[in-house]
Amino acid sequence: MAPNVLTPSAKNTAPARRTKLRFSRWHLFLAPLSLLFLTPLVQMVLTSLTSNSEINRFPPRFIPSALHISGYVRLFSDAPVGRWMLNSAIVSGIAIGSHLVLCSLGGYAYARLSFRGRTVGFVVLLSTIMIPTQMLMIPTYFMFAKIGLIDTLAAAFVPFLTSAFGIFLMRQFFLSLPKELEEAGRIDGLSTFGVFFRIVLPLAKPALATLAVFTLLNSWNDLLWPLVAINDPKLYTIQLGLLNFQGAHHVDWQELMACNVVATAPLQFVQTMSFSGLKG
Amino acid sequence: MKRGILISEHERTSTPNKRRPSTAGAAETAAAVPRGTWTRRRRRLVSNLTGWSFAGPATLIIVALTLFPAGWAFLISREHWNGFTPPQSIGWTNYQTMVHDPDLRSAVDHTVLFTVLYVPVVLVLGIFVATALNRNIRFIAFYRTAIFVPLVVSAAATGILANYVFDPQFGLANNALRALHLPQQGFLTDRHEVMWVIALIYLWGDLAFSVIVYLAALQDIPQDIIEAAKLDGANRWQQFRHVILPAVAPVTVFVGVWETVSVLQIFELVLTTTRGGPLGSSQTVVYFIYNQAFDLSRYGYGSAIAYALFAATLLMTLGLFAYSKLTKSEAF
Repeated sequence: MAPNVLTPSAKNTAPARRTKLRFSRWHLFLAPLSLLFLTPLVQMVLTSLTSNSEINRFPPRFIPSALHISGYVRLFSDAPVGRWMLNSAIVSGIAIGSHLVLCSLGGYAYARLSFRGRTVGFVVLLSTIMIPTQMLMIPTYFMFAKIGLIDTLAAAFVPFLTSAFGIFLMRQFFLSLPKELEEAGRIDGLSTFGVFFRIVLPLAKPALATLAVFTLLNSWNDLLWPLVAINDPKLYTIQLGLLNFQGAHHVDWQELMACNVVATAPLQFVQTMSFSGLKG
Repeated sequence: MKRGILISEHERTSTPNKRRPSTAGAAETAAAVPRGTWTRRRRRLVSNLTGWSFAGPATLIIVALTLFPAGWAFLISREHWNGFTPPQSIGWTNYQTMVHDPDLRSAVDHTVLFTVLYVPVVLVLGIFVATALNRNIRFIAFYRTAIFVPLVVSAAATGILANYVFDPQFGLANNALRALHLPQQGFLTDRHEVMWVIALIYLWGDLAFSVIVYLAALQDIPQDIIEAAKLDGANRWQQFRHVILPAVAPVTVFVGVWETVSVLQIFELVLTTTRGGPLGSSQTVVYFIYNQAFDLSRYGYGSAIAYALFAATLLMTLGLFAYSKLTKSEAF
């Protein structure tokens, strides 16, 4: 707690200091590093707007002489990219929705409720964090095959319905809430469910937002499960689409980069939003 | 935060102790007050039902998607199975084959070398960049954004981007070398360079993670202890070495374990850049497992390697934790 008390005061002095800001030597390190980190992404966007004849010209230029959107036009006529984006959106949407519901319920139970088997359940959950994904990929593939999930979108979202990590995150958050609020709710006659929905959940919005962002990142960027379980090009998620598109169009860099920009843009947007949210 | 993970104050004092005396009392007076016992039993039933209706769905799904397949994977690992014909039980043969498999051996070598080289670099760079970003200077928001942005780029997108940037003919990397009058490189097409290039690409996408964790830890260090060190005449390096570094030690253990575990499982980036090539020189363990199982239909062998990798990871994690405990007790 003590550091949290200190940081705001440190921040408060910042604007005053900013007026007499000297040149810091850290710029010499940070500026080149930032450029190095940004260059590939800048080149991704620029290449998606450069005509292929110019991309293949020698020597190559970093900044194109003219911008063309033909790559995006070709992309959307060559491949069902819209469909892939929609598939990914469905997968991520279901994953986020299910994560928010199941992890907050589970996290609350393991934080506050008393019931038989609670400790065992929690230890079991914690132990599953240790199990790596690749150990599960073979049996999960056959499990999905048995219940008919191969070549359905469900194969992509079922592994993301909930996670031990999410339950854990929510549990830690609920433990940090003052218990008195919930007790007051009980005294006023609310049931356990009432306390959860009317008092606890409204307070949990920041934790839920964090959980949603994490889940979006993981489910949107996941390649393994769609790769293992989906063969039908109509059901590709955008990541699987990207991978196969790369194999099929490896010479058409403009189109490939356009596809890359389309696949990456939503997350960049969310990241920018959530970072500006954190600052405020 | 570090200690509160498993045992919180609330948990230590709460439920079991509250319940137990009441049930003991109930047993004693059961004959005398039957109605009271009944209500108590009913109450307990209700609270059990409520608890499980909260925790049940999530717990059940996680068990069904992790513990159950993990057990099944062990059974598969002791079978010879191609997915179609009925599996034959062959005992530990798959595990014995593993020891003498030269291809697996080279995959293990690549992975271990990668881990040993990568984890220290990401730890040092992580704390260094976090220290650099943890100050109020002009453009700090820009610097932070630039370094955090690659974190959300997927493995598939990174792969395409890497193939383009490191293309031997028109890629940006060789272009930069040409401008500096340095010799051209093969990068991802060169057997001896490929793992280094993959490590570099992985670092690009992954550095932000350790930076963010370290940044949060640095901001939690109380300013007074740094002031105190300054008053005692510590220079910048001494402040870093004797105040800041010990203060973030638990975070270093966490990031170290996390990075080790995830780097030992590196797979998607290999798939999207080189597919293990050229000539198997970027083959990693998990890529090898994927290849055995889903390209060659050797599910039993794949499962056996997966189990061996799990065991190795577990041992290494426990070892790292034990080591950190030891060194910490020395420090105190």
